[in-house]
Amino acid sequence: MQALSVRGLTKTYKNGVQALKGIDLDVEQGDFFALLGPNGAGKTTLIGIVTSLVTKSAGSVQVFGHDIDTEIERAKACIGVVPQEINFNMFESPETIVVNQAGFYGIERGLARERAEKYLKQLQLWEKRKSMARSLSGGMKRRLMIARALMHQPKLLILDEPTAGVDIEIRRSMWDFLREINEQGTTIILTTHYLEEAENLCRNIAIINGGKVMERGGMGDLLRKLHTESFLLTLRDGIDVVPSLPGYRLERVDPTTLEVEISKEQNLNDVFAALSAQGLHVLSMRNKVNRLEEMFMRLVENRQA
Amino acid sequence: MSTEALSLSAIRAVGFRTIVIREYGRIMRIWGQTLVPSAVTSTLYFVIFGSLIGRRVGDMGGYDYRAYLAPGLIMMSVITNSYGNVVSSFFGAKFGKHIEELLVSPLPNWIIVTGYVCGGLMRGLMVGMVVTAVALVFTHLHVHHVGIIIAAVVLTSAIFALGGFINAVFAKNFDQVNWIPAFVLTPLTYFGGVFYSVDLLPAWAQKISMVNPILHMVNAFRYGFLGTTDVSVVGAFSIMVACVIALFTWAVILLNRGTGTRD
Repeated sequence: MQALSVRGLTKTYKNGVQALKGIDLDVEQGDFFALLGPNGAGKTTLIGIVTSLVTKSAGSVQVFGHDIDTEIERAKACIGVVPQEINFNMFESPETIVVNQAGFYGIERGLARERAEKYLKQLQLWEKRKSMARSLSGGMKRRLMIARALMHQPKLLILDEPTAGVDIEIRRSMWDFLREINEQGTTIILTTHYLEEAENLCRNIAIINGGKVMERGGMGDLLRKLHTESFLLTLRDGIDVVPSLPGYRLERVDPTTLEVEISKEQNLNDVFAALSAQGLHVLSMRNKVNRLEEMFMRLVENRQA
Repeated sequence: MSTEALSLSAIRAVGFRTIVIREYGRIMRIWGQTLVPSAVTSTLYFVIFGSLIGRRVGDMGGYDYRAYLAPGLIMMSVITNSYGNVVSSFFGAKFGKHIEELLVSPLPNWIIVTGYVCGGLMRGLMVGMVVTAVALVFTHLHVHHVGIIIAAVVLTSAIFALGGFINAVFAKNFDQVNWIPAFVLTPLTYFGGVFYSVDLLPAWAQKISMVNPILHMVNAFRYGFLGTTDVSVVGAFSIMVACVIALFTWAVILLNRGTGTRD
């Protein structure tokens, strides 16, 4: 079954900006799905329409088979949303915020309190449950929004840049938590600017730009479409001129760093051998950029060109 | 248990109760702003207008001025607090974006409106009781018809709670939250028979006063206490019921359209 099915979705704002230009998208039940795109691509508009915070201009949206035009209450009951911007009452406590949110989804207060304890503990917020929300740190506020979204145990969890501004340690613990939630059966749609995050967590991906889906498919399949990959080689001794390596594109980044671009048909062993033959010793090597980031940049740049 | 297993009526019932509990929590959390000011201002009104000036006024509508003034002051505080509660709570939720908590939930818009109106009713009636207690310090309150008192205060509170909701939907900043109370509500209330009987006015002013809905509400409420009124009580209740239906319908339509809440 499809957790989300979007057909011909368009949105034109009152100021004439066409944010979505006929989006078609399917997300399978149980998937961990990445929705990527540069700022202004239409990601948040798409999420806004699915969660009914934005009114669509045309097209259809179904959430677990419930059409948002005819079964909006059923569709909304399936969704938990973690928005990009902090949107809870800063003058309420985390416990009150999550218990009330459960109530808005029909969960009785007794059960809501049990779940509040469970999720606030899992997201390391239990000690702060009585504090005023405004006193929480940025990372805590993000985690509180995740706890709030889970209170009615949604089948589809939508996270709009959930780790923005969160330090790496907390980000990684949030990844573990989200993986666990997904393994328990919750379908997750994630938008993020940290492409490493998408590559680590997600199985399927759609890249949107200018209100259109530019690429979609399995993470592995999409990454295999990349024909070249760039590596940074750290040399033992500094160089003044770029060594000659026929068939390879090399660039000197600094005296001890060399950038090399490798196509699918080439291999790194030949590069190392050729460099060694010229008396250059490679101490270490790393990817220039994350592969998904590379593909993302190419797609976006191609469109702009 | 996930929400999907629940019936829509169960979701609505619990959701409505949650909005009411949250609004009650808000009223009690900021009691210094919600409940106390009306007690202070009504005490001042009773001391200055009731005891000091009132002695010179003598009878009004056949009753001691303080007894005549009391229902008007109670109603005035109910009106301003019912309105003020919903306009500040809903606009605050819009401003802080936590209105999205409700907008993404499966609750239909009529439940959201009803929940906020109940919050306004709660504060209006709580403040009404506080001002009644203050009034009892200064005068004896005769009760002519308790049913009319309750019906008039509940309907009036609901009308102004709905008015506050609609104001909050359209408001884009805090100035716009204050415009209607300052430039519309206060003049209509002061000219709405809170302090005087329209019999004191010249004929032309009496005719103009009749188009002021607050005059009808205050008089219906006063009739419940004193058994005296400047307007038709049946007419007053007809106006109140019509206002509740019209404003409720308007508020739900606004939320359905997404005016001020959805892009």
